[in-house]
Amino acid sequence: MSGPSRELPRWVDIGLIPFVNLSAAFLVTGLVFLAIGESPVDSVIIMLNGAFGYGTGLGYTLFYTTNFIFTGLAFAVAFHAGLFNIGAEGQAYLGGLGVALVCLSLGFLPMVIIIPLAIIAAALFGAAWAFIPAYLQAKRGSHVVITTIMFNFIASALMIYLLVNVLSPKGSMNPETRTFDPNAHLPLIHDVLAGLGMAVARSPLNLSFIWALVCAVAVWLLLWHTTLGYQLRVLGANPSAAAYAGMKPQRLIVIAMMISGGLAGFLALNEIMGASNRLLLQFTAGYGFVGIAVALMGRSHPFGIVLSALLFGALYQGGADLSFEKPTITRDMIVVVQGLIILFAGALEHMFRPQIARFFASSWFKAKEA
Amino acid sequence: MIRKLFAAVAMTALMTGASWAADDKPAVAYDLGGRNDKSFNEGAFMGAEKFKADTGIAFKDFEIQNDGQREQALRKFAEAGFSPIVAVGYSYEQALKKVAAEFPNTHFAIIDMVVEAPNVASIVFKEQEGSYLVGVLAALASKTDKVGFVGGMDIPLIRRFACGYVGGVKATKSGAEVFQNMTGTTGEAWSDPAKGGELAKSQFDRGADVVYHAAGGTGIGVLQAAADAGKLGIGVDSNQNGLHPGKVLTSMLKRVDVATYNVFKAGQDGAFKPGVTVLGLAEGGVGWALDDNNKALITPEMKAAVDKAEADIKAGTVKVHDYMSDSACPY
Repeated sequence: MSGPSRELPRWVDIGLIPFVNLSAAFLVTGLVFLAIGESPVDSVIIMLNGAFGYGTGLGYTLFYTTNFIFTGLAFAVAFHAGLFNIGAEGQAYLGGLGVALVCLSLGFLPMVIIIPLAIIAAALFGAAWAFIPAYLQAKRGSHVVITTIMFNFIASALMIYLLVNVLSPKGSMNPETRTFDPNAHLPLIHDVLAGLGMAVARSPLNLSFIWALVCAVAVWLLLWHTTLGYQLRVLGANPSAAAYAGMKPQRLIVIAMMISGGLAGFLALNEIMGASNRLLLQFTAGYGFVGIAVALMGRSHPFGIVLSALLFGALYQGGADLSFEKPTITRDMIVVVQGLIILFAGALEHMFRPQIARFFASSWFKAKEA
Repeated sequence: MIRKLFAAVAMTALMTGASWAADDKPAVAYDLGGRNDKSFNEGAFMGAEKFKADTGIAFKDFEIQNDGQREQALRKFAEAGFSPIVAVGYSYEQALKKVAAEFPNTHFAIIDMVVEAPNVASIVFKEQEGSYLVGVLAALASKTDKVGFVGGMDIPLIRRFACGYVGGVKATKSGAEVFQNMTGTTGEAWSDPAKGGELAKSQFDRGADVVYHAAGGTGIGVLQAAADAGKLGIGVDSNQNGLHPGKVLTSMLKRVDVATYNVFKAGQDGAFKPGVTVLGLAEGGVGWALDDNNKALITPEMKAAVDKAEADIKAGTVKVHDYMSDSACPY
């Protein structure tokens, strides 16, 4: 499903094609901006400046990037095993419940103990939520695409029930928990750097960004440098071959999905423990779904995922700045821009591939190579 | 070339920035419903627009996309030197607490919630009083003696609307029946017109012929369903009589526009006052809408009854129960 055609040089597959897709997306975006009477050049500059041009903006960009790294990795691990996990949204949501329960009940413990506990809780709750669809897929053949998306709705209903009836303080207008004790706040990067004598602008960027990069390296090691990773990739490439080689597909499906769910659960570290410091409704805000596009664009490789997560992070933050600066560009316009990029980089990923492949197969190119 | 272009754009950005650099820079941050929700948020927008028309002072506004942007929006406004900054909706509570402490010299206001800080003005409304008045009108307009209420998200604030409405209905016709439905328990309940319409239809099926909504964008569906079924709807927050002329009995006005205007005006005059402001009937903060679109629906008897109720509430002889004072409704 994901296998690139063999005749293309590697740099074309991982560099040129995504670049062409992105350019097409930006071209169409530019046309849309022209149609509503805004200068595309102006808008791009505001977006770039908003995303990278000043400390707070960069902080927000990396904050969103953290979310996308987690959900992108989550999707990629399952995808390598041939599983299309679109339940990262629900798994992250449940991960939030795990983090919140630790932070609310153990807030008196020192931070060095709470942080590992919260990481474990996020992974456990996310993995547990992925376990049921995984088990159904492995044992009953119920397709994960169907079950994971249904589990998103169940997660949503469960969290609404818990937040409205159980976890929110009495008399509160908002369905959300109380704010965690200060010990249970993940340190913000600007506070950490201030402690080291470096002054940087305030932003919700927190230590989970580092954890996201650690996870990216860990996923890379897992997939390409361990037996388990090899088995997962064989399962994804050819399930019958995997079974014939003595691997246990049912077990591998469950493992792949639980790793995937655990990674998705980490999103809550960033959003709940790092930024809002309380559990609130719908904190996943679609990051789980955008993670699919992030992973596809990053060719399901951790390095590519970090880069495409950065792109989407920049789009989120730059887009917010753009709608802040330009009243005619509403928040709905920003969704249109994001949608176009997902469309070209994800759904229409192969649109330009035949032409590019033909070009590289042409005699002109061959002659030049020789 | 590119560097030149960049410099040119940076210059224009600076220049447009300069036009903001007057002494008075008011700003509004809307809730998730968005600027054009025809209801609560739009009220704030109308107030800000009126201020601009009256004084010629431009304002800046922002529609958030997700909860994480609440803090970001307030902080951006504050960093850019805006003041006063109006946060529309109770959901801004936590974000405002944080940001207000970071910018002690910036003036903030929050609508529908009390945030205690030396630089925050909190504006809350006595929605129960306005709801009582439209309850009186609903009872008199109903031929079946059955009326309905469709709320948005099931929170104490919306129960306060419902309770005042029931009070007004029962005070007018003690035997009348009031059907109540809430659309949901999450923020999505504010923007689900299809479900709002279904709830209204189910109330019509049970015999109701007037339905009052306090449901933000969801209420558009309620009013539509009432107009389609030949029944009467009652709007909320902004004047919604014009959405379906002749089919909307009246609207319970919650003058978010007046509140926003007043905060901006106080900012301009240097008379910003922190603390809690409660706007009820007596203060002109709530009321009911009478205009060309609905004047044929309001008979002289109805007008007399509602005027009397209004006078009684203002005089204090009728006290409308506040649901949020004890989480109970005695009617």
